[in-house]
Amino acid sequence: MEKKMISIWYFIGLLLTVYGVLIFGAGIYDLIVPFKHHVVLRELHAGVWWGVLLVVIGVVYIVKFKPKKTEK
Amino acid sequence: MQNPGTLVSLSGVDTAIVAIYFLVVLTIGFYLKRFTKTGNDFFMAGRKMTAWIAGLSFVAANLGALELMGWAASAYQYGILATHWYWIGAIPAMLFLAIIMMPFYYISKTHSVPGYLQLRFGNSSRSLSAVCFGFMTILMSGINMYAMALVMKVVLGWDIHFSIWVSSITVGVYVALGGLFSAIFNEVLQFVLIWLGALLIPIIGLIEAGGWGKMVAKIHQNFQGDFTHLWRSIGSFSDNPMGIHWTGIVFGLGAIISMGYWTTDFLVVQRVLAAKDLRSAKLAPIIGAGFKMFVPFIVILPGLLGLAVLPGLVGEAQAVATGGHSFNEILPLMMARYLGPGLLGLGITALIAGFMSGMAGNVSAFATVWTYDIYKPLRKKQLSDGHFVKVGRWTTILGVLVSIGTAYLVMQFASIMDYVQALFSFFIAPLFATVLLGMLWKRATSAGGFWGLLAGTVSSIGMWAWVKVDPGALRIIALSPNAKAMAENMYRALWSCLICAAVTIIVSLFTNPKPESELNGLVRSCTVLPSEKHLKLTQKPIFWAGVVFAVFIVLNIIFW
Repeated sequence: MEKKMISIWYFIGLLLTVYGVLIFGAGIYDLIVPFKHHVVLRELHAGVWWGVLLVVIGVVYIVKFKPKKTEK
Repeated sequence: MQNPGTLVSLSGVDTAIVAIYFLVVLTIGFYLKRFTKTGNDFFMAGRKMTAWIAGLSFVAANLGALELMGWAASAYQYGILATHWYWIGAIPAMLFLAIIMMPFYYISKTHSVPGYLQLRFGNSSRSLSAVCFGFMTILMSGINMYAMALVMKVVLGWDIHFSIWVSSITVGVYVALGGLFSAIFNEVLQFVLIWLGALLIPIIGLIEAGGWGKMVAKIHQNFQGDFTHLWRSIGSFSDNPMGIHWTGIVFGLGAIISMGYWTTDFLVVQRVLAAKDLRSAKLAPIIGAGFKMFVPFIVILPGLLGLAVLPGLVGEAQAVATGGHSFNEILPLMMARYLGPGLLGLGITALIAGFMSGMAGNVSAFATVWTYDIYKPLRKKQLSDGHFVKVGRWTTILGVLVSIGTAYLVMQFASIMDYVQALFSFFIAPLFATVLLGMLWKRATSAGGFWGLLAGTVSSIGMWAWVKVDPGALRIIALSPNAKAMAENMYRALWSCLICAAVTIIVSLFTNPKPESELNGLVRSCTVLPSEKHLKLTQKPIFWAGVVFAVFIVLNIIFW
């Protein structure tokens, strides 16, 4: 039986989810303890929103391209 | 803490994001090794890629880190004129590849562009093209590697040797394990990361500038000259920051350089050859063109925003002399300006991903051309498919090592960097004329193809050397003494392509052509192409090519 290849979109989904969680976490931490390096328009909290966006895209890809358990 | 003399410093979470990226690309390489058993798997990704995967990989192989950094810097230097390299300098050529040329590459079942030349013109043309391509690819790979390491040193303070070895070995390992499968899959991943890592810069930049209109007003306030119109300022060589005339853009860039690069540079064409069927192979460059059209949003717009919010950046030499910042650093400067913890790691990962996708493109294409077009013809006896896969894997490693050697060579002789653009006009521009005449003119002969290609390449190198020895020759080659290096490259490419075409036609008229029966699948008038009449309108590649072309026209009118 030929092995079924996991879709690249599934890997992308996993990576984006992990990145989203890390960036979201860093954004929240930055709200509590401001980062030393000043960035312009920090008040937009881009990290928080971008982190959420990455998690959403990542989860959609994981669900849509989840490897099938059996292939006959 | 930020190292003195560097632009930005990474926090713990940024470093974790970069480290996870390296881990994932290597994991994909190890995972795909089990699917890479035959030569068709290793060199052609089994010819089973969907149009979307092949199309994204096609455009990602070109979207290297130097592309991101270099064109953002060019946008700061030349304004919106740099967008021509993404629109007229890419879109028509990608659509031309899809609709006109792809059927012949695909139906002939060639494994490479030199492979097509062998089928059409014989071994001499194939060997000349393969050797030129191999040389150009390795040199480009080494130059890119050095430039990327230099960027990492300036931006992050990373040791130059560390950057070169770690990134190159990672690329070497995943390409050697999974071949083109691995290169293509990682390129798609890298493409997504490049977009998500770089997209916030123009978004936050536009918010800071107050929108497009206010950004343009600020640029006019900060600088003299027209930095915000695509066509209005190129009616004369002296009216625009690039010193170029519209004829150079349309005929040199649009008709020759871009056609040559996008239709005959095997680095990009290889990705489309991996498509699962002819329709997918035709759709892939169209999908690639659709995405390519919007790359200026993450590359050119940050440069323009820099003109509005960071005036005062200077050229490299002046920056070194004064200790200020050069416009070559505009992209990392914008990253440091807008990206906080985590986002900065994603932005740096986008740069590293860009470097890796470009390098993987180089080494996988080099491995294929070396194995099938240089090594195989030299071995007379019949060898197994497994043998060629093994040669491909070792060639990948060897290609990476030679590229590293080239990078160290560039480190010793930095002036080699100046010659990068010239390489394209040496090898790619004449190749376009040879392939195009081969596909469209059945009278073109083997001798015509070879001598035309040789004459085009030699004349291009000759014109470059002439201007080096006598700068006054610029007036003749580029039609103006005011022409900058980029304009010179455009015109040299135009002349070398015309010389190649003229020699091919003249020699062909005096030599015997192949019988038509041998040209089936290679020449348009001798090939019956598969009908697409049974497809719905929205399934036809020509329909989507029309849509992309219409958007391309509208964008040019908007930014006229």
